[in-house]
Amino acid sequence: MSHSSMWDSISGIIRRDLLLAMRRWSDAAMSVFFLVIVVSLFPLGVGPEPAVLRTIAPGVLWVAALLTCLLSLSRVFTPDYLDGVLEQMVLVPQPLSLLVLGKVLAHWVISGLPVVLLSPLLGLQFGLEGEALGVLVLSLLLGTPTLSMIGAIGAALVLGVRGSGLLVALLVLPLYVPVLIFGAGAVTSSMAGIGGEANLSLLGACLVLSLFLAPWATAAALRIALE
Amino acid sequence: MQWGSASEFFAMGGYGLYVWTSFLATALCMAWEVLALWRRRAAARAEQRAALLGGTDETAA
Amino acid sequence: MIWSKYSAPQAFYPLAGRLIPWFAAVAVILMVVGLYMGFFVAPTDFQQGESYRIIFVHVPAAWMSMFLYVVMAIWAGVGMGLNARLSFMMAQAIAPTGAMFTFLALLTGAMWGKPTWGAWWVWDARLTSELILLFQYAGVMLLRTSIDDVRRADRSSAVFALVGVVNVPIIYYSVQWWNTLHQGASVSMATGSKMAATMLMAMLIMTIAFWMYSIAVILARVRCVMVERESLPTWDEKPAAMPEAVEAR
Repeated sequence: MSHSSMWDSISGIIRRDLLLAMRRWSDAAMSVFFLVIVVSLFPLGVGPEPAVLRTIAPGVLWVAALLTCLLSLSRVFTPDYLDGVLEQMVLVPQPLSLLVLGKVLAHWVISGLPVVLLSPLLGLQFGLEGEALGVLVLSLLLGTPTLSMIGAIGAALVLGVRGSGLLVALLVLPLYVPVLIFGAGAVTSSMAGIGGEANLSLLGACLVLSLFLAPWATAAALRIALE
Repeated sequence: MQWGSASEFFAMGGYGLYVWTSFLATALCMAWEVLALWRRRAAARAEQRAALLGGTDETAA
Repeated sequence: MIWSKYSAPQAFYPLAGRLIPWFAAVAVILMVVGLYMGFFVAPTDFQQGESYRIIFVHVPAAWMSMFLYVVMAIWAGVGMGLNARLSFMMAQAIAPTGAMFTFLALLTGAMWGKPTWGAWWVWDARLTSELILLFQYAGVMLLRTSIDDVRRADRSSAVFALVGVVNVPIIYYSVQWWNTLHQGASVSMATGSKMAATMLMAMLIMTIAFWMYSIAVILARVRCVMVERESLPTWDEKPAAMPEAVEAR
């Protein structure tokens, strides 16, 4: 397949999914509100001590980003599964893994990008400033696509399975651990003055690895689910 | 041989609680697994036999 | 080739039945020998005292937990590649035993950590990856039980098992990295003392004993799985249809 038609099929899927998401914009808004609420609960639970809040900020923001991604996973494939579009995607000549890549990128734009854009604001709530804030945004920018990629595998595996909401959390959260460690670690180490470059490059490596492996595994899982 | 008496052996130099809990837990887990398999096997066979006997009855009838 | 003959469940079932007593017997003998060596031959460790004797169950359990996950993933991969029913059944039979050893490794690790480090749990790379391994075993088993269609359950849990194989080493190294960054725990698992030859010997014997135990238990479980799935009574060496044959066992 030529390079341009590969890109055409990916961008076609992205456009379609974004259009559908825009018609149901309240779904995306809900996950953003979820993120803000979860993050705001922590100071109320831990106390307003600025030093404590700064210490826990990277972990809290990253765990909240993780949960936000997790909650939106059911929207990646389930609507298309229910109305039968997914079965046709398996049948079209374009490789399924490419279409999956398109769908996952669209999912990231809907649920990951708002998290990235909102994160400086949430970081300010926790007293992060300057370089740490920048590293936080950068780490989320590198990490949230990986979360969507890995999450898509889980979403495809539990497609149409009873109790899939809890099951997908059990499957996906252990796989999110490295991203959480590197992501929160980048912010922590930049706050400690070591600089977050090493963690950020490891996040980048995770992203590249997941870009290559996850669409393929997701496509396999989708074929199994649709058999 | 490094144990002067049985009580010295069970005391494990003061670490008896930790050492024996570990070994006992391992032994219990293994025994439980074997027992569970035994029962699973019995259940599967009973079900199979019931299905088979039911099946022969049907063909005979 | 002999293996292709036994790759059919009908042929594998009686073979497994004949092998189980042998593996079980070797496991019991080696456990007795290993425990004797571990408790009566191996000397007291001059740093940790008698508490180190926990490693005679801890290390074998930890090794088996990781080894069994890899073996399960290999069976899952073979099943996906060759579309072989027996491979999926083996993967299904391995998971509970692997999860049990993971649990035991964590429990005995805590029992060892408390007297040695003064804490039941530290966020060390090995402990953390062992914990995640337990979650992944749980995921494989729960995914299987939540899917009713056997074929889909087989293949879905195979995909997850294979994804998990990539995940565990990444977690191990990421936690190691993370620990060097934080330096809070400052506990190294490496015991400074050199192990006496008899200690190492007892540990290896216990590991082989656990390995043989695992094979016996997994073969027994795969036989159960075969009966439950296919209910073909003619597989057995004895006709299961006869009540006395069943009762006699």
